[in-house]
Amino acid sequence: MSKGVAITGMGIISAIGNNVAENYQSLIQGKKGISRVSKIKTNHVNDIMVGEIDFTNEALEQQLGLTSDNNYSRTALLGAIAAKQAIQDAGITDINAYKTGLISSTSVGGMDMTERYYYDYLEDKSTQKYIEGHHAGDSTQKIAEQLGIEKSLVTTISTACSSAANSIMLGARLIKSGQLDRVVVGGTDCLSKFTINGFKTLMILSDTYSTPFDENRKGLNLGEAAAFLVLESDKVVEAENKKVLAYVKGYGNANDAYHQTASSENGDGATLAMQKALDIASYNPEDIDYVNAHGTATGNNDLSEGRAIIRVFGENVPDFSSTKAYTGHTLAAAGAIEAVYSVLALQNNIIYPNLNFKTQMKEFNITPQLALKEKPLQTVMSNSFGFGGNCSTLIFSKEQ
Amino acid sequence: MDALKQELKENLIEQLNLEDMTIADIADDDMLFGDGLGLDSIDALELIVMLDKSYGIKLTDPKEGRSIFESINTMAAYITENRSK
Amino acid sequence: MNTNYHIKSYCSIKNNQVSLNGSVVYKDEEESFSSFIKAAYKDQNTKYPKFFKMDKLSKLAFLAADVLLKNENLSSEEENNIAIVFSNKASSLDTDRKHQESIQNKESYFPSPAVFVYTLPNICIGEISIKYKLYSENSFFIFENFNATHLLTYSNSLLSSNKADQVLCGWVEFDGEDNYEAFLYLVSAEGTITNSKQDIIKLYNT
Repeated sequence: MSKGVAITGMGIISAIGNNVAENYQSLIQGKKGISRVSKIKTNHVNDIMVGEIDFTNEALEQQLGLTSDNNYSRTALLGAIAAKQAIQDAGITDINAYKTGLISSTSVGGMDMTERYYYDYLEDKSTQKYIEGHHAGDSTQKIAEQLGIEKSLVTTISTACSSAANSIMLGARLIKSGQLDRVVVGGTDCLSKFTINGFKTLMILSDTYSTPFDENRKGLNLGEAAAFLVLESDKVVEAENKKVLAYVKGYGNANDAYHQTASSENGDGATLAMQKALDIASYNPEDIDYVNAHGTATGNNDLSEGRAIIRVFGENVPDFSSTKAYTGHTLAAAGAIEAVYSVLALQNNIIYPNLNFKTQMKEFNITPQLALKEKPLQTVMSNSFGFGGNCSTLIFSKEQ
Repeated sequence: MDALKQELKENLIEQLNLEDMTIADIADDDMLFGDGLGLDSIDALELIVMLDKSYGIKLTDPKEGRSIFESINTMAAYITENRSK
Repeated sequence: MNTNYHIKSYCSIKNNQVSLNGSVVYKDEEESFSSFIKAAYKDQNTKYPKFFKMDKLSKLAFLAADVLLKNENLSSEEENNIAIVFSNKASSLDTDRKHQESIQNKESYFPSPAVFVYTLPNICIGEISIKYKLYSENSFFIFENFNATHLLTYSNSLLSSNKADQVLCGWVEFDGEDNYEAFLYLVSAEGTITNSKQDIIKLYNT
């Protein structure tokens, strides 16, 4: 049996709550955070629904105590807030007491500012500060600064919608191999015209509340969020007498090798990722109590993922649901916010409902969990599948 | 309609990056997707954008595209009926 | 962790020159990147029509991978257990700009789906995986500069835990026609060059 890696802290900000407790309350109350987009001026405002966070950038800057000359993109603001929460939750007072790293992830980066100010850069010098903030590594560096983590142990993963899951996977391996004593892992993405328009042209956005695993699903709702977890080695957990929230027990990544953005018909990459995660955990499929699915509500994903789940679990598919109807699809951050939800599920022995479901998909007869369910849980599997065929699966467990 | 069909073939080659293909290589009734020209789902979406941009036709359901984009003939017929540009 | 692995082969594309294992296999200094990469594609018999749909970063990565992998006598029928670990500084910035331009004009904006699908750096990994049937682990990292240590640790870890038979590592950067470079290398149990930080950096710099 392979040992899990301890999770000792979590932080999150999403459309359904500004911290872990608020997110959990929304989940158990069935309270979704989907609405028409308000902070971005887009022609598509009436054609899409999103999971938007209430706070304006000014409010977020204030929370972080930033001076007005800062050049934080919304991605960086959300990331910093969630990361700080995680550190506090883990009871860390001296970040450099142990060898600590940071692995963040993003797909938007500073694009939200770039698209706002790009044509002003030549005229208005005061906007030029955002140029530096554009690239994918910038929000990570800012988070590292906020946390006081040495830059040499800092990196950014950019693999679309599986990014944060890959961050967690890499973090767990760095701890297991002894290269780090602890690591802050997760991801952050904010809404932007860039992504709204891009997804719109792929015709996979729904104009109403998304309906994961429903026969009549019309597409996804985009969302914004950030979430981070603190992973610590056994040595640190013992020395500091830490409370462990759950363990990263298994992880797997595979490429679907089928198309730039669509998933293969029978979910080859997804199947491989789930199987690899089970192998690492030394689990059999029947050891999984709940699957938090990727479940974006696109025609393609839910069919492909459903089939993959059946391939892996056979006759005994565990309870499964997608929480994206609550938060929207938060892109690079998805793997991290859903990791937080998986840990909360384990701690509270709760399975979240797959909201908005009306009609069974005709291609198979597995149905997601529709009502909130109390059930003793030892293990939760979480899927995150990204463009580029990048498929990742994580397994969390109560016991090491 | 012939001029439109010529134009469509030119647009297809340019928009879809069909390198090494000339107008002469595309017959009016060749299957565009599947075995014929082998276009894929992203190409179909590009054609939907092209219908809007060049001919002012807005398709909201990508599945409608299947019959419209079967061949140059079906595309030309549909555009002639529905164009607003 | 076993660290006794080797670099079996390496390919680099920069300054309009394609080199495999230290020897130049194609060059054309006069042309722009776009003309150069197309000519290299033809010269190297890549024969893959979907190449022309790719964005510049993917064309760069794909050609470098193709030149290297074609030389490896891989199976074309079965899947190959080769993991891919790529990295760069600019992510997909060149294509991001293209997408951004298409949505800038309020009066006439027509974002292109074919452009948008490439606004992520790891799509190039998908393209290579599709051609060579690689279902293995894959990831893409963003670093300020080429980071040999990270690639070394990652590849050693994958090989010593039997996650993959070989690992294709690399740095594929594209930030404008004058600012690009690709350096890919295949780590394996066989090979004449050691998979060590010094040797990786040496090859990167030649």
